[in-house]
Amino acid sequence: MSELSSDPGSTPTASASFESWGRYPTYSAKIIPINWQNDFPGVIAGVHDGALPVGMGRSYGDVCLLKDGNLLLTTGMNRLLNFDSETGVLTAEAGATLAQILDFSVPRGFFLPVSPGTKYVTLGGAIANDIHGKNHHVAGAFGSHVTEFELVRSDGTRKICSPTENLDYYAATIGGLGLTGVITWAKLRMKPIVSRMIDYEGIQFHGIDEFLDLTKQSEKIEYTVSWIDCASTGKNFARGVFMQGDHSKVPAELKQSPEPKLVFPFDAPGFALNHTTVSMFNTAFFHKQVKPRVTALQDYEPFFYPLDKVLHWNRLYGRNGLLQFQYAIPWESAREGTIAILKEVAKSGLASFLAVLKAFGDVPSPGMMSFPQPGITLALDFPIKADKSFPLFERLADMTRDFGGKLYPAKDAAMTAAQFQAFYPQWEQFARYRDPLLTSSFWERVTGDRPTL
Amino acid sequence: MSTSPASTTALQTSTGPQKILVLGATSGIAEATCRIWAKQGARLFLVARNGDKLAAVAADLKTRGASYVDTAVADLDDTTQHPTLLAHAINSLTGMDVAYLAHGVLGEQPQAEQDFGHAAQILHTNFIAPVSLLTWLANYCVQRHAGVLAVISSVAGDRGRKSNYLYGSSKAGLSAFLGGLRNRVDREGVTVLTIKPGPVKTAMTAGMKGSEKFADVDKVAQTIVAAIDKRRDSLYVPFQWQPIMFIIRNIPESIFKKLNL
Repeated sequence: MSELSSDPGSTPTASASFESWGRYPTYSAKIIPINWQNDFPGVIAGVHDGALPVGMGRSYGDVCLLKDGNLLLTTGMNRLLNFDSETGVLTAEAGATLAQILDFSVPRGFFLPVSPGTKYVTLGGAIANDIHGKNHHVAGAFGSHVTEFELVRSDGTRKICSPTENLDYYAATIGGLGLTGVITWAKLRMKPIVSRMIDYEGIQFHGIDEFLDLTKQSEKIEYTVSWIDCASTGKNFARGVFMQGDHSKVPAELKQSPEPKLVFPFDAPGFALNHTTVSMFNTAFFHKQVKPRVTALQDYEPFFYPLDKVLHWNRLYGRNGLLQFQYAIPWESAREGTIAILKEVAKSGLASFLAVLKAFGDVPSPGMMSFPQPGITLALDFPIKADKSFPLFERLADMTRDFGGKLYPAKDAAMTAAQFQAFYPQWEQFARYRDPLLTSSFWERVTGDRPTL
Repeated sequence: MSTSPASTTALQTSTGPQKILVLGATSGIAEATCRIWAKQGARLFLVARNGDKLAAVAADLKTRGASYVDTAVADLDDTTQHPTLLAHAINSLTGMDVAYLAHGVLGEQPQAEQDFGHAAQILHTNFIAPVSLLTWLANYCVQRHAGVLAVISSVAGDRGRKSNYLYGSSKAGLSAFLGGLRNRVDREGVTVLTIKPGPVKTAMTAGMKGSEKFADVDKVAQTIVAAIDKRRDSLYVPFQWQPIMFIIRNIPESIFKKLNL
């Protein structure tokens, strides 16, 4: 009943299980808030069991977890420090979420340069995972639009990182999974818009070749993404809906977004998502679009963040949680690899509720460990079934490797150390930039490395 | 909830943006409240102990749309500085419509039980210092026959409990002082608002067990802004604390002393 917020100087901490979005695995850790740019490393003085900066916990697996360690929660460090309405450059603290940034910027006529499928991620998390969006083929990944940031190391040194200053730490931190230090603030180059609306077009396709044709025809459209039905076989194999859009050029009122209303209220029972229900959903989704091609003027919220409307939609997957599997396979083997992996998924009988297919472009990211690369990326969601999911993931990861691709750490809780090291051969070079105090359960899993201090 | 959501009606006492003095501007509740005022284009004068934190808060509020932001780094425990500080703040703001007192310490109850020095420190920060500030501010407002003094007390002041009775008694004293002050200045056109928050989900408590049940700091801030705009006398945030505290205040002492609260 005491008023806990009255004094930022007395910082209560508690040991709690911090859930990632996939709710698997679950580890308990001590949560230490980083509310101010000068809190780190002071708040962690005397700590000897490793730490990891975390934000909203929207990564799916264990990149935002540290078993029995210290999670440095940055969401209170969320101030907007400056906005230059001439250049569109926003300076914000790393714990600011993309939702908070949009609430601020959209009424002023600016949009995120790159946005993932949820706006409930922090700026620091977006940099640390070098997230990508529906405009990767024209804009590249998030890191390409981060012009400068401050990185604080556990020895107290503070580095300004940019393409012209401390370039090595700039490259290691973008896509560096929070392991190179704590990002306190960053400068993000925003993009001018004149309307909240998106000129949307949805096109049904049947099979990967039609998808590739549509991808080619849409090179100049800013945003493209496809939903794909991965439960169907036979003549419906790899059918889907290709969704594309541009910011509307027709000036309109730029008001703030309403708050989300729906909250998925409970853990769905284990049987809620099975092959039958997912097939029914997929068939319904495919035919929701009654014509092969539809156009519409759509608000940016449902276009970019269809699932954010339902807070905690991850509960749909039940208490066991869900896992995503996301690969990027280069163009040489993208078609063949995608077909083979979709067939393997269909054969497994494990349901993937949301399968998202997208072509990555060739805009390079400054990030040393960045995930996106030219080719095709496919993201699949699976509810976790202990005996069946992990053997499937292992097969899929091996297939990905054989097709010259790699997996996305932000969506992973399953790849082996050998697989990771094959996907990211630069990992040893990257490890030289890791802060000695910082680690994650992911990093320990894929490198076998836990710092002893 | 009886209050209308996010009332943004500005005070009608002066023309132009509201002029607001915030004491303890780096506290979680104060910062959330100031963001609402910044969005409305208010003029803000911010006071806090830590210069770096204050600079970050000031930059944020300026970026979000405050028409004017000035700051002073000060330890409000030093009551001798209050008259100079407050005069400077009001001069900088070119007047004052609202003074918002949000500073305070939770303290360490176990330590305060053994060490009167610590107990006295809690009482000084949470009670003596606000009395000094409010005495000066109330006299300023009375002269102008206008102004709102909005002060964060706590539900913990409604009844002493063994888990935090030093903090609680400092807030009880503050609440009683505010009641008396209100009784004195109401007829002079001055509003005194006693704000009694329950546990609030700030950045600091996020991720803790049980913190999902704490009040959302942005909603608390919206409620406070609405109460100031409506010139209310007192406020429990969230409102559920009003019936809860009614019950807690009325538990007979013979029973209450045996409870683990």
